[in-house]
Amino acid sequence: MEQKISIKNLNVSIGKNHILKNISLEIPPNQITVILGPSGCGKTTLMKCLNRLIDLEENAAISGSILLDHQDILNTRSGLPEIRKKMGLLSQRPYPLPMNIFDNIAYGMRINGTRNRNVLREKVTHYLKQVNLWEEVKDRLKEPASSLSIGQQQRLCLARGLAVEPEIILADEPTSSLDPLSSAAIEKKFIQLKEDYTIVMVTHILRQAKRMADYVIFMYLGEVIECGKADQFFSDPQQEKTKEYIMGTFN
Amino acid sequence: MRKKLQRTEELFFLLLMKLSVAIILCVVCVIVFTVFYKGLPSLSWEMLTQTSRGGYYFGKGGGVLNAIVGSLYLAFGATLLALIIGLPVAMLLNIHLKKYKRLVNSIRFLLDVLWGIPSIVYGAFGFSIMVLIGLKTSLLAGIITVAMLILPIMIRAMDEVLKEVPAGLLQASLSLGSNKPQTAFMVYMRQCSSAIITAIMVSFGRAIGDTAAVLFTTGYTDNVPTSLLQPSATLPLSIFFQLSSPIPEVQSRAYASATILTILILAISVLSRMLSNKYNKNKIS
Repeated sequence: MEQKISIKNLNVSIGKNHILKNISLEIPPNQITVILGPSGCGKTTLMKCLNRLIDLEENAAISGSILLDHQDILNTRSGLPEIRKKMGLLSQRPYPLPMNIFDNIAYGMRINGTRNRNVLREKVTHYLKQVNLWEEVKDRLKEPASSLSIGQQQRLCLARGLAVEPEIILADEPTSSLDPLSSAAIEKKFIQLKEDYTIVMVTHILRQAKRMADYVIFMYLGEVIECGKADQFFSDPQQEKTKEYIMGTFN
Repeated sequence: MRKKLQRTEELFFLLLMKLSVAIILCVVCVIVFTVFYKGLPSLSWEMLTQTSRGGYYFGKGGGVLNAIVGSLYLAFGATLLALIIGLPVAMLLNIHLKKYKRLVNSIRFLLDVLWGIPSIVYGAFGFSIMVLIGLKTSLLAGIITVAMLILPIMIRAMDEVLKEVPAGLLQASLSLGSNKPQTAFMVYMRQCSSAIITAIMVSFGRAIGDTAAVLFTTGYTDNVPTSLLQPSATLPLSIFFQLSSPIPEVQSRAYASATILTILILAISVLSRMLSNKYNKNKIS
């Protein structure tokens, strides 16, 4: 199968900390790839490399390559907005933009050149419906996004990300600040979305990983310990560390 | 026993805070009261609408319109110039240079040093630059000098708020494919609009009230300036000249001029509060 993203010999150090150690990975298209691992193992740093937010870190030394559809997105200094646009980001905590609900979705389309009001209105409606938020907000589109609940804000952020038509969705513990109902809504959405998008998700919740993952990557102390198809990973882990992690006897 | 000690401690500090607030309020009230008490009797329509042509400083008729208009021109010009330079600098520090913490902190330190420089030094510096480029005492020279004076204040006031913008918001904006200028002017500006307005108003207040920086650079005249290259009167200098007069009537007019200046600054403060409340509603926390 053709891979969506191939990471080759990726090394990242921030200051004196060697955070990612020689990582090589393949991420398959139109599947949910879940990255598992204890805190501080480099999951978030790996995500930041994919959308080049790693560039915002002080003293970051990066080597290796990341190919997105055979194009190196790590060793280039130009076209960063285009690269990031392809990678919709859903962070741990929703950060809606400081504007009203409508503009939150329209912002990305506007900066990418869509000005026509009718087109904008149509698309905003479409994406709000896609994340099942439309019914809740259709009468209050002019209200500040901060007036929504956290769960609604997270869905708004997903809709905002989808509106710039990314190819990949990067989700960094997207449900960690949400209540069970909102979490379930996001999970369900992700499973629908994988038909059109490649999803890479970091999670701490083993059960969530089991429910959602097609492909699993297990990281520990900056190294990839094991990766493979989800059913095999959970039923027949090859590495001792993985077994311990899945059994919960890890320390 | 321990609980009682804690309670006493709490009461003590509460009292201390209340006392400080009371002292500050008293000082403000005394200043405003003195200025108004001494100034209001001499404040007349004539003072607001006429220039100080003829023997105004010797007790004859006239007003300080030239100084009011001059001060407003000067403060508006300087604030605008400082904003055009200052806002991008504040954004640059907090978006583009964000990861170079040491560099940013040294720039902040330098700005704080500039903030502490007495305004007469800016006046002298402005004057030496004027000599260098052959500019005479004029509104333009005053605007440039006062802009230099208020720039560090404005940048630091904006910077203090911009640096509190959550990193997640920067990441969110960049992830949507916006570049850094778009993030600065469409996201950060909205997030901090009320604080930016406050910074502008604080700088404006400082610009309109400063005397020393305009002493050498703006000159003084009895006319309302009609071009940037003409000298201009300013209210603080006008107050100074009137107060140095031996004639009691002229001295009380100085207080009337001070009343005008105080009212202008109060109006600006109230306006800035109103504006910043209005633009606060979209802010995310």
